[in-house]
Amino acid sequence: MAKQLAAVLGTGQTHHRAKRTDVSIPGLLREAIDRAMADAGVEWADIDAVVLGKAPDLFEGVMMPELFLADALGATGKPLLRVHTAGSVGGSTALVATSLVQSGVHRRVLTVAFEKQSESNAMWALSILPPFQMPVGAGAGGYFAPHVRSYIRRSGAPAHVGAIVAAKDRQCGALNPFAHLRQREITVESVQASQMLWDPIRYDETCPSSDGACAMVIGDEAAGEAVPGGAGWIHATAMRTEPTTFAGRDQVSPQAGRDAAAALWREAGITDPLSEVDAAEIYVPFSWFEPMWLENLGFTAEGEGWKLTESGETALGGRLPVNPSGGVLCTNPIGASGMLRFAEAAKQVMGRAGDYQVDGAGRALGHAYGGGSQYFAMWVVGAAKPG
Amino acid sequence: MNEVAVVGFAQGHNVRRSEGTTNGVEMLVPLLAEVFEQTSLSKEDIGFWCSGSSDYLAGRAFSFIAAVDALGAFPPIHESHVEMDAAWALYEAWLKIRTGEVDTALVYGFGKSSAGQLRRVLALQLDPYLVAPLWPDSISIAGIQARMGIEAGLWSEREMAEVAARSLADARENPLAQRSGAEDAATLLERPMFADPLRKHDIAPVTDGAAVLVLAAADRAAELADRPAVITGIEHRVDSPTLGARELTRSPSTEAAGAAAGGDGVQLAELHAPFTHQEIILRNALGLGENVRVNPSGGVLAGNPMFAAGLARIGEAAGQILLGNADRVLAHATSGPALQQNLVAVLEGRD
Repeated sequence: MAKQLAAVLGTGQTHHRAKRTDVSIPGLLREAIDRAMADAGVEWADIDAVVLGKAPDLFEGVMMPELFLADALGATGKPLLRVHTAGSVGGSTALVATSLVQSGVHRRVLTVAFEKQSESNAMWALSILPPFQMPVGAGAGGYFAPHVRSYIRRSGAPAHVGAIVAAKDRQCGALNPFAHLRQREITVESVQASQMLWDPIRYDETCPSSDGACAMVIGDEAAGEAVPGGAGWIHATAMRTEPTTFAGRDQVSPQAGRDAAAALWREAGITDPLSEVDAAEIYVPFSWFEPMWLENLGFTAEGEGWKLTESGETALGGRLPVNPSGGVLCTNPIGASGMLRFAEAAKQVMGRAGDYQVDGAGRALGHAYGGGSQYFAMWVVGAAKPG
Repeated sequence: MNEVAVVGFAQGHNVRRSEGTTNGVEMLVPLLAEVFEQTSLSKEDIGFWCSGSSDYLAGRAFSFIAAVDALGAFPPIHESHVEMDAAWALYEAWLKIRTGEVDTALVYGFGKSSAGQLRRVLALQLDPYLVAPLWPDSISIAGIQARMGIEAGLWSEREMAEVAARSLADARENPLAQRSGAEDAATLLERPMFADPLRKHDIAPVTDGAAVLVLAAADRAAELADRPAVITGIEHRVDSPTLGARELTRSPSTEAAGAAAGGDGVQLAELHAPFTHQEIILRNALGLGENVRVNPSGGVLAGNPMFAAGLARIGEAAGQILLGNADRVLAHATSGPALQQNLVAVLEGRD
């Protein structure tokens, strides 16, 4: 039997900063939830279920925080689900909420994801020494830098491509009133002059640590039709997973990402993503992941992603604007970062992206990845109903 | 929408302490082989995978990622994870099959409670600003709940001991049980208090374990099992976390989930009650009469592998249908302090 149609009715996010000392965790979540519910034009009585996502509990030191948050989420007396799929969790959480509607179980679902990184130390939480396992001991930048070096060697990309991405995303972030880093004056040259952290990744090519949350209300066909100005219709979804390490694993372009993208484009009826997708919110925590993911997602052939970036076609106004919101390079509350990508894609097709709106965006991609580039979650949303 | 059925189930030995890594994902490997044997499916046949576990139990971030290795997840798989008991992973898999996107799903849960001090670890589920810093542990909170019921005349220490005696006696028939016994309630009541009014037999043991279950769309299920256990209702609800604001001697979330899942006429029920008095609360919340057989497996008083025990209740109940011992059963899973969050599933055999 076919899936029921589902649509984004509204989105909301917090103002993101390194330390949101003005709010507790429940207060942070409500900032995003209240905006999403107002944007969707719904009240608490309209919400049938709540789906919450975040990355490791160890970050905030609360075990299964959905339990203590039940009242703040308006979930008391309702179904409440908690998703955790590493850095892709914000995307996966949105997809579980979508399933609740697509399966015909609920009419309107509130979904929210968060991270309050200032209440923890992400570097510590990711660098513990579990027995019987090789410790990373390097944080995410140290883990991913060799993949970037490998990409550069394989593709022959010139050294300044990463700086192009960083300057572009930070300039976009300056257009986004919710972004953590808003650097209107940044240039390719200034990025290249910033300190080298994990060769070849420089300081200005890395994501910040943010406190923040993102929420969406997802509804059924009737609820979607009632959205003034048009809902963000969900055309396709995909998730894929592979193990962290094994001999022969391609960590530059993981099979799980390629498989997820292939399934996504198939379901969306898209045969040429570069021509048929109008905007993409791609999970780029280190600048070089833009060209890497452009290839992994099938926007370009292998080895060609950097050419699209270098030509300026991924900038706002280009052929495929990538991260017009500023993306993860501007704002990274880990558990919420994936949902921010999904919500920003929805905002584009709903025409609600303000100063970074892509003109006439009909179809947009939301993408998230996590773990050691092994968890992938994606969706395609459109201004028109699918089919 | 597609009906969904349980077609296979396996669980590990419930043990006080297992060898191996702190997350215990090795426990899954033989269980995966067992369900593939039962259903004649292979890894490549599974449309969707979903698991339940907890990083805090293992004391490490991203502990569920190691389970992907235990699955041998290459070529890549369609997979998700809930940081909850795997009964809720089953709920997510049930959704996925209902959408028609896949027609089979494998659900698994694993937990190695022996890696830390469970009572203290579970205190971290409480409000981190006002309550958790006081370190009220999980057994003490359950003790408050038990005391409130006794003082309200809703149950007695003897009735609690009777639950333990019956569970431990039933567990003698369960080769995977961690503990069992043949003592009657009067004998159990002579034992010393552990956390007044709870004696040790009132408290589920600390357990390492894992469980694996296979779901299929109803039309596919007929090919995979002689007598699939069709899920006719599955619902879950959560109560307020504020212990002082909750009516602790009742379980409103179980009442609401049970009513929505439609539990009338069930022959037996597997209830996830980590404390004896909680079985009494749950029976009342679900309106289970005297004729409903509760926890023939011995329940979690005989072995309570965190994050797998709720899924195992569904597996145990479904198993009674798969084996032809029952036609209509109920299964329940719980999460959080003092029965905060509850899931109810009703399953039926179709001949």
